[in-house]
Parts: sequence; C-alpha cells; structure tokens
Amino acid sequence: MTPLLDVENLRVTFSAGRENALPWSPQRVVKAVNGVSFTLRPGETLGIVGESGCGKSTLARALIQMVEAEGSVTFDGTTDLLSLSPKRMQPYRSQIQMIFQDPLASLNPRMTVGEIIAEPLKTHQPHLSAAEVKARVRAMMERVSLLPNQINRYPHEFSGGQCQRIGIARALIVEPKLLICDEPVSALDVSIQAQVVNLLKDIQQEMGLSMIFIAHDLSVVQHISDRVMVLYLGKVMEIANRAALYSAPRHPYTKALISAVPIPDPAIERAKKHMLLEGDLPSPLNPPSGCVFRTRCPIAQDACAQSAPALASAENDADHFTACHFPG
Amino acid sequence: MPMFEINNLSVAFNTDEGTVNAVSDLSLSIDKGRSLAIVGESGSGKSQTAFAALGLLARNGKATGSVRFDGAELLNAPLKTLNQVRSTGISMVFQDPMTSLNPFMRVSDQMAEVLIHHKGLSKKDALRQSVEMLDAVHIPDAKARLHYYPHEFSGGMRQRVMIAMSLLCKPKLLIADEPTTALDVTVQAQIMDLFGELRREFGMAVILITHDLGVVAGFCDEVLVMYGGRVMEQGPVDAMFDSPSHPYTRGLLQAIPRVDQLSPTLKTIPGSPPNLLSQPAGCPFAPRCSEVQPLCETTRPALEAFAEGRLRACTRPVLELAS
Repeated sequence: MTPLLDVENLRVTFSAGRENALPWSPQRVVKAVNGVSFTLRPGETLGIVGESGCGKSTLARALIQMVEAEGSVTFDGTTDLLSLSPKRMQPYRSQIQMIFQDPLASLNPRMTVGEIIAEPLKTHQPHLSAAEVKARVRAMMERVSLLPNQINRYPHEFSGGQCQRIGIARALIVEPKLLICDEPVSALDVSIQAQVVNLLKDIQQEMGLSMIFIAHDLSVVQHISDRVMVLYLGKVMEIANRAALYSAPRHPYTKALISAVPIPDPAIERAKKHMLLEGDLPSPLNPPSGCVFRTRCPIAQDACAQSAPALASAENDADHFTACHFPG
Repeated sequence: MPMFEINNLSVAFNTDEGTVNAVSDLSLSIDKGRSLAIVGESGSGKSQTAFAALGLLARNGKATGSVRFDGAELLNAPLKTLNQVRSTGISMVFQDPMTSLNPFMRVSDQMAEVLIHHKGLSKKDALRQSVEMLDAVHIPDAKARLHYYPHEFSGGMRQRVMIAMSLLCKPKLLIADEPTTALDVTVQAQIMDLFGELRREFGMAVILITHDLGVVAGFCDEVLVMYGGRVMEQGPVDAMFDSPSHPYTRGLLQAIPRVDQLSPTLKTIPGSPPNLLSQPAGCPFAPRCSEVQPLCETTRPALEAFAEGRLRACTRPVLELAS
C-alpha cells in the first residue's frame, strides 16, 4: 500500500543570530527538526510525543510549508510537497488540514462561526453556490455537535471545548485526507478533553482520515494513536506500534517519559518506580555530540558521545525502530 | 485543633454582569506534614479558595466565613497580621512561573528581599541562604545561577526558583497552585519528587491545587473535589479512588485516559462547566449528571458524612449509583 505521506530526512533550521556582537563571529543555527523520516499509512493515526522544545510543532508546520524545510515529503506516493511553489501547493492544502492548540486564538474574532467554517470551502471549492455552502456548513456543525442556531455567533461566545469543535469543523469541511492536530486538547478541561478526543476518533473512522496527533500527554496519545513517534531535540528516538511502544519501550528516553506519567490509582502510583531524568533539555543551540540524549541518559557510555545512533528496527518487530546504541 | 482550618468560606465577586459566586460554603482542615489536594476544572473555585485564605483576592472580591491558622483568624485580617503569616506560616507557589517572577530583578535580589524583609537578615546572609535553598531544589550550579535574570532559566528551572523562594522562610504550610501544569511530565516528576522530599525533611504541610488526578494519587493523603464553587466529595485519597461516591468524581475518573490501560472509548461528561453568574437552585452538577433525578434540580444536596472521614454532596444514596 502506498503511504499517504512519506517523509524523508526532514530538516528545519532557524537562524539564531551571531554568537556575539562582533560582525565576524560565527552564525548560530538551531536545528529544530534534524533529519526526521517516517511514513504515514492511509487511515492511520500517528502520535508524536516529546517534551516542549523537541520540535513536534515545527515538524507539523514543516509538512505543510508553514516553515521552510529541507528533505522530502511525498504525498500520496507522487508529489514532493516541499518542491512545490505556493501556487502549485494550493490544491494540496485542501487535502491536508490542521487544528491548533489554542482554540480561541486560532479563530478570527471578527468572523461568525458560519463564516469561519465556510471560509476553506469558499477558497478551495469556489464553484459552490451560497446555498450549497450553507448546507455543508450546517451539516458539518451538526456533525461536531454545534447547534445550527449558533451559526451567527462569534467565537468569544463559545467555551474552549466548543471553539475546538469549530476548529475541527473548519478543518474537515473540505474533506481532507490528512488532519494534523497540534496539541488539540491540552488547553481543555479533563471532562471536555474526553469529548473532543472521542469526536476526533469517531470522525476519523467515518471519513477514513489519516491523522498526525501531536501532544505532550502520553496517555491521550496512547488512546488515539495506531503508531507513536518519540522526538527529542529534533531527532526521532523511537517509533513503533502503540502496543509495542507502551508495553515494551526500547529507548531509555521513552522509558523515562512513560514512567513519569502519573497513574490515577494510589496503590499503583505509589508502588511504581519512577525513573527520574536529571536536569533539563540541553540547549538546542549547542546539542550534545553523538546521541543527543546522552547527557540525561541513565545508561550512557563512552560510545554514545562518539557517534549518533541510527534508527534501527528491532529483531523481533520490523515496525519497531529505535535510535540507541544500547536498546533495552 | 488543626494547624490550618477553613470554615464555611464563600467568595463572591461583584462584576458588571452581576455577582459571581466563585466559592460557596467550603470547609477544610489540614495538619502538620499532611497533604491535601483540591481537584476541579477551571472555574471550579479552587484557586480562589487559596487566594481568599491568603488575602490575595482581586479588589471586587469579597470573602466570608473563617480561615484560621494556628488559631489566628486570617480572613479580612489587617495586612500586618497577614504579612507575618505569609512568611513563616503559609507560603504559596503560583501557577505560572513565567509571570510570577519579576523580569527586571535578578533572582538573587528577589530571593534575598524575602529574607531581608521577613527575617531582618543582612544581604550577605540572605544571599547565602538563597544559594542553599536553590541547592535544595536541585538547581545545578546554584551559586552562579543565583545572579541570573528569570528569563535565563527554563520553565522547569523557573518553577524551582519559585518553589525555592516560597520555602525560604521554612513555612509550615505550602499552598501550590497547579505547580506542574505548565511543565513537561519529566519535569513534573522531578518537582513532585522534590515536594515529597521537603515534606519529609521539613514536616511541611502541602495543599496541592490541581486538575491532574494522577498527581493526586501519587502525592496526597486527602482530597477535596470541587465543582461550580462547591465541594462535591471530600475524604481520604485511597477511599475516593477506590470507591468514588459522587457521580462527578466517577465521571472524572472515567474520562481520563490512563497510560497503563487501554480503553476503546473514553466515557465523557456531557455539556460544559456551569456559569457561576446564575446559581441553579439545585445541585450545580445536575445539568451534566448521568444520575440526575427531578429532586436534584430543585434541592441543593448538603455535604454530609456517609463513611469514616468521607463527605459527599449528592441526593442519591451511594448504593443506588450505577457502578
């Protein structure tokens, strides 16, 4: 089966100015995404997890050319999205839609809900008549459980959960093949979070969507994903099927991440052994040599400082890739 | 007599649109070395409870009831009394480490100020103690970093600075308002570990305000679940997780995905949190409750004891709730 998305050696670098004020001092760069490769199958959900600053959001933005990137992003087995001019990219934008973290800030406060949801449709399918647009908007609002009589209200009149539903409706009205969700539920309350997660899951099955789901909450990602990718300082540490990654993680970073998630059950949580990571994420301006995780890794050895481990599959699971010299 | 006690606390704000009843009739108590969690969603009144107790309410806010620390009344007490308690008695860690530190002052000055003001130390001694405290919260190379500005620290480090600052006067009670919400899980684990250490070392009591039931399970002895400004359920942590007695608590526990378990779909609580401008006559949770009955809409259930050390506010008997 051709993958819907085949990402090969994706790199995003930001310029961070000179080292000091002298005009001949060297330019510094931040490698926000540093050689990431993965594939996304049709109908699949890929979860992306990692700490803040690991490049999750930049990766998502690079896929749709919201930031400049190098490498290749092959869509539907034919087109390299990164080589397209903005004009030739336009038709693909209706196939790839995105929903954002801050539900209220991502909606235009001067547009009504009806206008917000209709806008992508008017842009990508200008031949539709006003009546058709209105019918599609109403149907979509109903699908995401917004009341049709709210169509003329403004975003500030809605709660966070409802604003996120508006964002979802706006993304799905053009019937995309791929939906990129950047922390869609992290700003929402627990009870509302479950509603939005369930909505996304239902709609995905109905429409046969592929989804990239970015979050820092590992339990939400486990709940919604088929496969999960773990990022650290712009590099892939581990990518595997959900069950394998959560029940038998092989990378020490993945192990530490999973053990740090508190479990809402006092008996289990108190008995659990936490694997505490020392320190903070190193500065991306000056990443460690060799394996980027070695400065915080509990099992780091000399070899880890020498060379960066390549992403290699496990012997007993061809879908389970780990970038570690000493995978467990 | 418990060390810290809140009785029948109500907090109301006068706004242009009417009176907002942020907290209604809340009571709690905590003793030395214990930890209590206040759990609830945004707008449930958990932060305002803490603000009212320390006299930090916004100007349009009014608190009634009683807040006692070591027997002394704090609610609407004069600033002098409050300032005494705020140093060695109670201190608070605020939610957002980015905005709670003064961006124009070096961390050294901000920390020393606390000791000079409250304890009358010399600048030199104050700085020495500040370094010791930064060490205690595991900030590497504390001596050099003491002179940094807040923006030179990462989010996790900044939160540690806040915690170090709140511990400078060795308070008997620490109120932590969502101390780890803005942080990554790995940093959260480090900070909660640190709180545990400080509890054991200083015998400090902790009130943890949070929405993360996982953190509550790992850290707290007692828990208080709030909804719409009212207490829904209150009692020991183990008992609440083992047999939640209120439909809201049950709903919350079922709505969170767990990293150690896979469930095909999450149970949801329909609807959205209440508008505190219009208080319903009945139970505030009734519009979203799966067990709702006609009585719930008209009569507000009182918070009543139903088992050893446990309280609940629900008209339906525990045994009748579907499990």
